[in-house]
Amino acid sequence: MYQYDALDQAFVDQRVAEFRDQMRRHLAGELSEDEFRPLRLRNGLYIQRHAPMLRIAIPYGLLAARQLRKLADIARRYDRGFGHFTTRQNLQLNWPKLVDVPDILAELATVQMHAIQTSGNCVRNVTADHLAGIAPDEVDDPRPYCEIIRQWATLHPEFTYLPRKFKIAVTGSPEDRAASEVHDIGLHLTRNGSGGIGFTVLVGGGLGRTPMIGQVIREFLPLPDLLSYLEAILRVYNRHGRRDNLNKARIKILVKSLGIARFREQVEAEWQLSRESSARLPAAEVERVRGFFRPQPYETLEDLDAASGREPRFKAWYRYNTRPHRVPGYRAVFVALKAHGHNPGDMSSEQMEAVASLAERVSFGLIRTTHNQNLMLADVRQRDLYEVWLELERLGLAMPNIGTLTDMIACPGLDFCSLANAGTLGVARQIQERFDDLDYLYDLGDIEIKMSGCMNACGHHHVGHIGILGVDKHGEEWYQISLGGSANAFTALGEVIGPSVPKAEVASTIERIVEVYRTLRADGERFIETLRRVGLEPFREGAYATHPAAA
Amino acid sequence: MRRILRRREIVADDWRHLGEDLEEGSALIVPLVELRKDPERWRQWRGRLGVLLRSVDPVEEVAGDLPRLDLVAVEFPTPSDGRGYSAGRLLRERLGFRGELRAVGAGVRQDQVFLLARCGFDAIELASTEDPEAARRALDRYTIAYQPGSSEVALRRQRFFA
Repeated sequence: MYQYDALDQAFVDQRVAEFRDQMRRHLAGELSEDEFRPLRLRNGLYIQRHAPMLRIAIPYGLLAARQLRKLADIARRYDRGFGHFTTRQNLQLNWPKLVDVPDILAELATVQMHAIQTSGNCVRNVTADHLAGIAPDEVDDPRPYCEIIRQWATLHPEFTYLPRKFKIAVTGSPEDRAASEVHDIGLHLTRNGSGGIGFTVLVGGGLGRTPMIGQVIREFLPLPDLLSYLEAILRVYNRHGRRDNLNKARIKILVKSLGIARFREQVEAEWQLSRESSARLPAAEVERVRGFFRPQPYETLEDLDAASGREPRFKAWYRYNTRPHRVPGYRAVFVALKAHGHNPGDMSSEQMEAVASLAERVSFGLIRTTHNQNLMLADVRQRDLYEVWLELERLGLAMPNIGTLTDMIACPGLDFCSLANAGTLGVARQIQERFDDLDYLYDLGDIEIKMSGCMNACGHHHVGHIGILGVDKHGEEWYQISLGGSANAFTALGEVIGPSVPKAEVASTIERIVEVYRTLRADGERFIETLRRVGLEPFREGAYATHPAAA
Repeated sequence: MRRILRRREIVADDWRHLGEDLEEGSALIVPLVELRKDPERWRQWRGRLGVLLRSVDPVEEVAGDLPRLDLVAVEFPTPSDGRGYSAGRLLRERLGFRGELRAVGAGVRQDQVFLLARCGFDAIELASTEDPEAARRALDRYTIAYQPGSSEVALRRQRFFA
């Protein structure tokens, strides 16, 4: 992974010093809350319902063991002994003390971490495919480009006070595992006719109040032009994006109001004027960064049938919680943060420390965070899988439900967030309890539930096969269900099926919906495929039926 | 007497905004709308002349005026309105403006000074509540930047574009 040099280290240390001074001025009354807000947000610090919340950046989801240990240590000493992994691959601490935050940031800086630009109207953490570098179908490893973008975006003098937040995701595989089409900019690595590396550039995707799918602004952007082209997009947005209405300030609204053709014209015109004067990305610099992401020193091994002869629970875990690796004899392993009875994405300090040690033993000391709020050990020898499983079982991190209905995404909701209408975590528990039978889950197969506690859509409900949105009705929590969303190879926004349901009815409604699928599915057809084939109507009828089909 | 941060020095401001007390021939900053209202008056103006752009004014509007302008002021009405950063870079890098580039307005705070300098601003007219000494120190808050920039003011080592 990328290692800071003296310049990078000096930068984060100076950032901590700057924030310490800003905090001091705030506490001394020199900076009002209104004045302090944009400054603290750009260091990841929110003021939440019960306490401050600190969002720590995990650039493109890659962590070294010592970094995960540090997060565990910080969570224990400054919080309540656990943290929450997010859909954008970051970690949130929900109970730090305001005055401790400069010290926490200083602790992070000792392990080359920070919370810079994890919130605020600026370029946020750049995210990537959790199978980056190991996916068999990959064109190129997205992480070096993520790192280059991360550095370029860090305290960018022109683009630190944008109209609204700005999210970039990079993928290197045809299968989109980073939800890149619902980002402000999605970059898809590709090769042109002569084999040169570049990007297909999408712009204007996003969820929130007005969900939109990104549109292609450029089919092929040569690698050396990456940053100059991003600057052109950001400049058009910074100058012309709306600043009069927070709900209309994202770039997607600008793209929609101009239309992609006119927006493209403006960006290309800006780019033609600036690309010569703005330096192209030097090949030597790209190589320097690429050098940090070389393949691990893998052993020469052969693929094994690791599951053969093992107990059924291991076989289930192998099937659901591991993924193919491009190197023979290796496999990628999910560390499941979706155990029933736990909040999706939460992890205790003890679990973090144990996983850090496990990673050192079996996966080159590296851990990844995934868009679906799990962790991953990416480079495990197949012959070590059983031992890894035993350890993850012991830690409560081997729930074999990855890709099933209970591997759901949920935002922290009303329990923590001051924006939420709804207790998403309680609903997650309700669904986990209802769908606690693994055989039933396996029979249902690949179903993605994504749940948000409010319109801001941190839980990406628009792109869930089943989306759940918490809404407030006269002070009561109700839930709006949508169907047919997807964020994979074929990104689609779900459609709301009808009136929202009371909290107590959410799991039953979902049960009725999946029963419709079980009735109508053709052989081997996944939930989303049946839905696309037969349309919404049978599901709508089933969802509101008073006498649901027996399970 | 208003004090401003000019390059790395805190100096008494020798410019006046239109509406402030001025003597015939003193240096004057005129809002773009006023400049357009009475072009003849400003053509005959004998002192140094500057223009004030609001954050909504496109910099391209003044491209033709730049040869006779000694100063361009860009307004930052709030710290969160970042349009002026683009204006600064465009004036320096695209339009080749070499006169004084000044950030003005209630949004110009010590916490913005480093970014402003990096976008080519060489004069900072701070919000009235701000301490110029703190703003001067803020120029040196960072010793590295990851982007190309227009600054000759803040010391920089650049990562990608050294």
